[in-house]
Amino acid sequence: MDEQSAAYWKRNVKLVASLTVIWFIVSYGFGILFVDALNSIEIAGFQLGFWFAQQGSIYVFVALIFVYVAKMNKLDREFDVHEDDD
Amino acid sequence: MDLTTLTYIVVGLSFALYIGIAIWAKASTTGEFYVAGKGVNPVVNGMATAADWMSAASFISMAGLIAFLGYGGSVYLMGWTGGYCLLAMLLAPYLRKYGKFTVPEFIGDRYYSKAARIVAVICLIFISFTYVAGQMRGVGIVFSRFLEVEILTGLIVGMGIVFIYAVLGGMKGITYTQVAQYCVLIVAYTIPAIFIAFQLTGNPLPQLAFGSTVNGTGEFMLERLNKVVTELGFLEYTTTNKSTIDIFAITAALMVGTAGLPHVIVRFFTVPKVRDARSSAGWALVFIALLYTTAPAVGAMARLNLTETIQTGEVGAEDGNLSYEERPDWMKRWESTGLLKFEDKNGDGRIQYYNDANKDFAAKATEYGWAGNELTVDRDIMVLANPEIAQLPNWVIALVAAGGIAAALSTAAGLLLVISSGVSHDLLKGTFTPDMTEGQELMAGRIAAAVAILIAGYLGYNPPGFVAQVVAFAFGLAASSLFPVIIMGIFSKKINREGAIAGMLTGLIFTMGYILAYKGVFFEPILANTPDNWLFGISPEGIGTVGMVLNFIVAFAVSKVTAEPPEHIQHMVEDIRVPKGASGAVDH
Repeated sequence: MDEQSAAYWKRNVKLVASLTVIWFIVSYGFGILFVDALNSIEIAGFQLGFWFAQQGSIYVFVALIFVYVAKMNKLDREFDVHEDDD
Repeated sequence: MDLTTLTYIVVGLSFALYIGIAIWAKASTTGEFYVAGKGVNPVVNGMATAADWMSAASFISMAGLIAFLGYGGSVYLMGWTGGYCLLAMLLAPYLRKYGKFTVPEFIGDRYYSKAARIVAVICLIFISFTYVAGQMRGVGIVFSRFLEVEILTGLIVGMGIVFIYAVLGGMKGITYTQVAQYCVLIVAYTIPAIFIAFQLTGNPLPQLAFGSTVNGTGEFMLERLNKVVTELGFLEYTTTNKSTIDIFAITAALMVGTAGLPHVIVRFFTVPKVRDARSSAGWALVFIALLYTTAPAVGAMARLNLTETIQTGEVGAEDGNLSYEERPDWMKRWESTGLLKFEDKNGDGRIQYYNDANKDFAAKATEYGWAGNELTVDRDIMVLANPEIAQLPNWVIALVAAGGIAAALSTAAGLLLVISSGVSHDLLKGTFTPDMTEGQELMAGRIAAAVAILIAGYLGYNPPGFVAQVVAFAFGLAASSLFPVIIMGIFSKKINREGAIAGMLTGLIFTMGYILAYKGVFFEPILANTPDNWLFGISPEGIGTVGMVLNFIVAFAVSKVTAEPPEHIQHMVEDIRVPKGASGAVDH
């Protein structure tokens, strides 16, 4: 693998890793491991831990994918490995 | 117009639409049959993926499950959505770049091994048949309840429809019918939810109504729900009695299993570009989230409605419970299906619905003169009965029937297609009869799809007693066998043939063995299925997570001590990591 592709792949893995950390924190963290602690906070009729488990984590999942798409498209262009527009 | 006629019209119209699409989108090449010619718009593919993924279980059963499990139902909500992040970031773009037709084909090529490909096909066929039997059953139930026909008749009609568009249209026909089916099912799911949310809280958005105050009480819905269910001896709605580690493991197994399900992965082979595969996963999750964020609200509202319909007054008061004579019509209708049962144990002519397994509550119940819980409600009826409970007009009920059928048919078709491509492309063309012509392969694919439909129909009519038990299998196997080898195939250049096969077999045998030991599929369970017997306190539903970890460890260890993959395989891995150069909307 040449230097250019190695650098591209490294940036890709770094991005995926950081997004996966957020993915883990909102679902397994807020929704499961720390659910009891967060449930002591109540906002607009929801216990916060319960809300993350049944609503919040799903919204964050959607946002994460679109952030990934935008960042990857930028990265592809930066390294000139993007697909042709047609 | 009476309900049955109206339901016939609505369901009939939806069927006419599906058949029309099938005729318009007939497949004429293997490329169109397997992957719709790789020319599907990413948003359209996202919608088709949502319908492909959301099965009879999501549409009919999930909200009901959540209604009775409360917070414990979160495993399904997070588990069946979180996997899309893994798909988008770890699998879909690379598999699309690779650009072949099936999942086993990738595994066979990456690990330069026909044995690996065959192991993958076996996992795929087993996972998909487990699933499809449940879909056919769902079609049968909807038909028998709403159209008042025998389950067998319902099954035959359902099989006929799937036959027409899956066999004729292949992936191309399935894609566009799934788009239509998504529209039908999401409208059918959200309309009753909006009406009920509005009736109950004055806020029409179910996602918000869920956290609003209940009309005429000033109490928040979840607060009120916690109160009314605990007064009857049930567990608080926002808590669970499952251990944290088990909730964690089940959620992980469902997430990873979702990302490893072949019928979902293969949908991302149908888009023109790598970047479309990424965004398509995002669109799929948007369309899925519409239903998945509505479902917990539907569950909570249904539980509250059901409890308060029966517990009309103060708990323990003589006239606090609904009199059986005055029960609403929807209860009478569901009683006739046997999915709702009443037994007047204390002979007072009123319905007592409470948790008689709660020992702490038993003394109170005796004091009230209650002799046990008198109402059994099958959780599957909650969504289907919802419009009747909320007294919505008949056309809404008819729409829900069509929605349930759409959810079941769209998933069944996707599953049948991966079974047929596994047989015609991986087993026949790829392994046993490589000199087939394209025309012969296409014919083999159609025959395999037709045979798979017949088997699925048979399984739906005569569900082997273990269908319910083996659902854990589908996710556990996908999580512990297919997912890890695909990921390692992309993210590591060093994992070799020996490592992959050893890893897959370890994950497969461990997970299967664990589930069999506790669930006893063809025999009596060897070990009692109770938390203190489980390994690390993890139930068979969550054990796929452990299987996945074992698969990774074994694959790495074996690859370390055996020969590296050949040069050209390492180049292939480098190539799939960059988007540039993906083959477009052409046939191979």
